[in-house]
Amino acid sequence: MFSASEHLIERQKKELRYKRLLGLISLPLFFPTILIMVWLWMKGSPALSWDFITMDPIHGMKAGGIFPAIFGTFCLVFLSILITCPLAVTAAIYLSEYAPHNIWTRIIRLAILNLAGVPSIVHALFGLGAFVLFFNMGTSILAASCTLAIMNLPVLITSTLESLKSVPQAYREASWNVGASRLQTIQHIVLPNSLSGILTGLIFSVARSAGETAAILFTGVAFYLPFLPKSVFDQCMSLSMHLFTISTQVVGVPEAYPYATALVLVGLILGVNFVAVGIRFYFRTRKKW
Amino acid sequence: MNKKVEIKNLSVTYDGHTVLDNLTLDIYKNEILTIIGPANSGKSTLLKCMNRMIDFADDAKVKGQILVDGVNIYKHRDATMLRRKIGMVSPLPVGLPMSIRENVTYAPRMAGVRNKVELEEILEDCLRKAALWDEVKDRLDTLATKLSGGQQQRLTIARALSHKPEILCLDEFSIAIDPVTTMKIEQVLATLKKDLTIVLVTNVINQAKRLGDRTAMILNGVLLDLSENKKMFSNAPKDIRTQNYIEGLFG
Repeated sequence: MFSASEHLIERQKKELRYKRLLGLISLPLFFPTILIMVWLWMKGSPALSWDFITMDPIHGMKAGGIFPAIFGTFCLVFLSILITCPLAVTAAIYLSEYAPHNIWTRIIRLAILNLAGVPSIVHALFGLGAFVLFFNMGTSILAASCTLAIMNLPVLITSTLESLKSVPQAYREASWNVGASRLQTIQHIVLPNSLSGILTGLIFSVARSAGETAAILFTGVAFYLPFLPKSVFDQCMSLSMHLFTISTQVVGVPEAYPYATALVLVGLILGVNFVAVGIRFYFRTRKKW
Repeated sequence: MNKKVEIKNLSVTYDGHTVLDNLTLDIYKNEILTIIGPANSGKSTLLKCMNRMIDFADDAKVKGQILVDGVNIYKHRDATMLRRKIGMVSPLPVGLPMSIRENVTYAPRMAGVRNKVELEEILEDCLRKAALWDEVKDRLDTLATKLSGGQQQRLTIARALSHKPEILCLDEFSIAIDPVTTMKIEQVLATLKKDLTIVLVTNVINQAKRLGDRTAMILNGVLLDLSENKKMFSNAPKDIRTQNYIEGLFG
């Protein structure tokens, strides 16, 4: 009575074929990541050592370590996040919770979308014009961080908006219904329930700026600095720029050096991403609805 | 009779589509006014106008006046104080994503009550009134979203009472609640009437009959009938459509 009909058997076969096809297509996506990591490890691991990470480069970057570059990348990313985060979160809160739907807010949204599409080298030029020259910051960590911050702004606003939107509207209405103000609703209902998304977006933008080269190229990164920056008005080195320099600009660098530098950079980014995954996992186990 | 709410020539349109059409209606102090009528008649919109939640609907246009205690509620820019006077229970239960305790004390905390003892008193009092206390008294710190639908609905009622409103609006509160619990809450409402004014939107005509002092019949945004329950549910009301609706011939 419940045995499968011709039509059902036919459909089940088709289902299986499609399932296999889709699986086959998505499987190779796994390989690039693994290949890159294995390749970097094979080429770079001979040069990797505690000294490599903690020493300054010497002999015109042909020997020594990459510590100033690691330190520089850390400074740039930290400062840029410090600038972007409050701007992006407040902008997203305004757009999601307060802004009326009119021509002005539509223009703001459009501007954010367009800013996200601007290539990073154009951001670099803008940073050179605006921060380095006009605001007279000089080529400095501050100018480079500002440029990175502008570049991260649209991404972070968008991801924050998404997480704010994921809080069901019914919660806001329930809160307004009992006489809570908009600000109280944001503080007690919206933000606590979108924090994991906001943090995740933030950490992914950390990862993005850590690898960024073009935007900081003219605005604050030095080719070779045998000492650490003393203030935000000094220049610094960065991992991505250092990688570019020793791969193409300096003759006689040991072959393993660029690979080891790349390995450190990718390792740092992966580490940061794992923190994001961890945070998301932590919040998901405490998810309240 | 003392007028608590006066609704004068209220019209509401959504995007040009009329939902409430020139509605005039008084609600007296300490009465239970039940509002009946088929779906999509504008009953819920009427409640939304009363606590100005309609302000959040971008495409809604409101004309006319609503006076609460003789004051036009659309005169003030900020509706927060108005909403604290009105307890609102929506048809779909919404437990805020926090503990049961935090849910019920949310409104008083937002209104600035800090005293722990006072908050605990409010908590127990409101949960008892909503007939939920016995089921949750041992687990007040569990998440409200983990409760069953019916329990969450009663939690919403407790929350609506927590800021000591003067007017309580219930929009089809018994949708997710079993008949026994519904009866319990109905008894509570009948006693609450001493202290508050209650507006009850319901699809259950017997509930209107049991509970209301007066009943209003709204159809397609027009107030068809409004009279004392004695009159409404006995010999023929004024409008034949109301009569048919009450007898279950349509709607």
